[in-house]
Amino acid sequence: MINKDSLTHHISAQFNAELEEIRSHLLAMGGLVEKQVTDAVNALVDADSGLAQQVREVDAQINQMERDIDEECVRILARRQPAASDLRLIISISKSVIDLERIGDEATKIAKRAIELCEDGQAPRGYVEIRHIGEQVRKMVQEALDAFARFDADLALSVAQYDKIVDREYKSALRELATYMMEDPRSISRVLSVIWALRSLERIGDHARNIAELVIYLVRGTDVRHTGLAKQGPAAAADDKA
Amino acid sequence: MQHESHSHGIDIGALGRKKQTLDLASEPVALEVPGLNLFYGDKQALFDVSLNIPKNRVTAFIGPSGCGKSTLLRTFNRMNDLVDGCRVDGEIRLDGHNIYAKSVDVAELRRRVGMVFQKPNPFPKSIYENVVYGLRLQGINQKRVLDETVEWALKSAALWDEVKDRLHDSALGLSGGQQQRLVIARTVAVQPEVLLLDEPCSALDPISTLKVEELIHELKSKYTIVIVTHNMQQAARVSDYTAFMYMGKLIELGDTDTLFTNPAKKQTEDYITGRYG
Repeated sequence: MINKDSLTHHISAQFNAELEEIRSHLLAMGGLVEKQVTDAVNALVDADSGLAQQVREVDAQINQMERDIDEECVRILARRQPAASDLRLIISISKSVIDLERIGDEATKIAKRAIELCEDGQAPRGYVEIRHIGEQVRKMVQEALDAFARFDADLALSVAQYDKIVDREYKSALRELATYMMEDPRSISRVLSVIWALRSLERIGDHARNIAELVIYLVRGTDVRHTGLAKQGPAAAADDKA
Repeated sequence: MQHESHSHGIDIGALGRKKQTLDLASEPVALEVPGLNLFYGDKQALFDVSLNIPKNRVTAFIGPSGCGKSTLLRTFNRMNDLVDGCRVDGEIRLDGHNIYAKSVDVAELRRRVGMVFQKPNPFPKSIYENVVYGLRLQGINQKRVLDETVEWALKSAALWDEVKDRLHDSALGLSGGQQQRLVIARTVAVQPEVLLLDEPCSALDPISTLKVEELIHELKSKYTIVIVTHNMQQAARVSDYTAFMYMGKLIELGDTDTLFTNPAKKQTEDYITGRYG
């Protein structure tokens, strides 16, 4: 089991600084992505096309951050040949930025829907679900990043498990919206926009789950992807490293 | 069009194959060390070291200077016998027989367990004579046998093509990397079972190092190889199993993939990631 403090215990102070820097860059990117999700959801629900436009513009910045962090990862791999937990840290960061960037993309898609719906005028059905699921996945992103920042595998595990709840609510929202469309065919185009936005939120939850799984890999060295996460109880955190 | 198992020329079936994982417990054993203590005079250098060296595998010993890794390596062919005041307490079994038993012929043991040192140490003789040195010691002098041995030994040390036209030139005219491969050829010429390599690349440039590493990979089908190295990346590259030693104790022995990605012990982690414990 590793913890956050062990990051700074290398003999090479320079290496400590590099790892600390790349980690803080990841968290900064994560903070920005999390804000994008919040803003996109608010833009849609409050019909704020200005805010939606802003979300679309910030996406370029997130893409740039992905490239920068990846470059740092490659440089550290080439120059330091990290091993064990350091290697797992770099691999986790390098994979997490992909998920963060995709979360950014999904937020941008939601912002596009927000602009469409604004132009359409009338507030359609489904906003309650958007707000609700939006809040849930925003929290997942936030907690996945918190888990990364604190090297907290237990928190990461709860984030990954929470994804199931989001998936369930997404499905029930879809059923409800399908009923609306059948009742009022004139609303189909608008409700479809809402469904696309919900779909993006559900994907954001999946990406947050991926990041959470990477945190578990980082801390425990076990790959929990595509396995029954339920088996990974807190008991698995028991570790023989004294 | 065929679509069963090939896509873009790639065998999709191969993706489903499970990667071969190494399991030390199921490997045939070449050298067995059941609890070894070693003393230099009053000072204890090895503390109750127990491990099995698997057959036809590369096992690397890593650890900081003075951790006992070279000492342990040298016990495998009783090189420590030459050190004054060195006392070994315990057994080492080669194919089940204790090599520290009184009846053991040490010269024969060292033929079966060959050793290559940090600095290439060719004899000031021709390349040819270097390779056949061990055979001549055994009293083998037929030219045909010697010629054949020189060719296959140099070939198996990946040196033949570079020296085949100057076999009777002095070995001292070779580069460091070539000399080290010559020494390996000299060691394998007597057909040992185990090859001990004590920092074989620390005096070589990176290209020569890669050649020796490539050689190690090829030799392991025939020999059991144990390598001591300060270069952790080298241990990671060449070995199947890695043992981490610290202060005369064996801390962890495991398959190299696991040891370098997720070691079980914190001391190992601290060492391979360059942390102070």
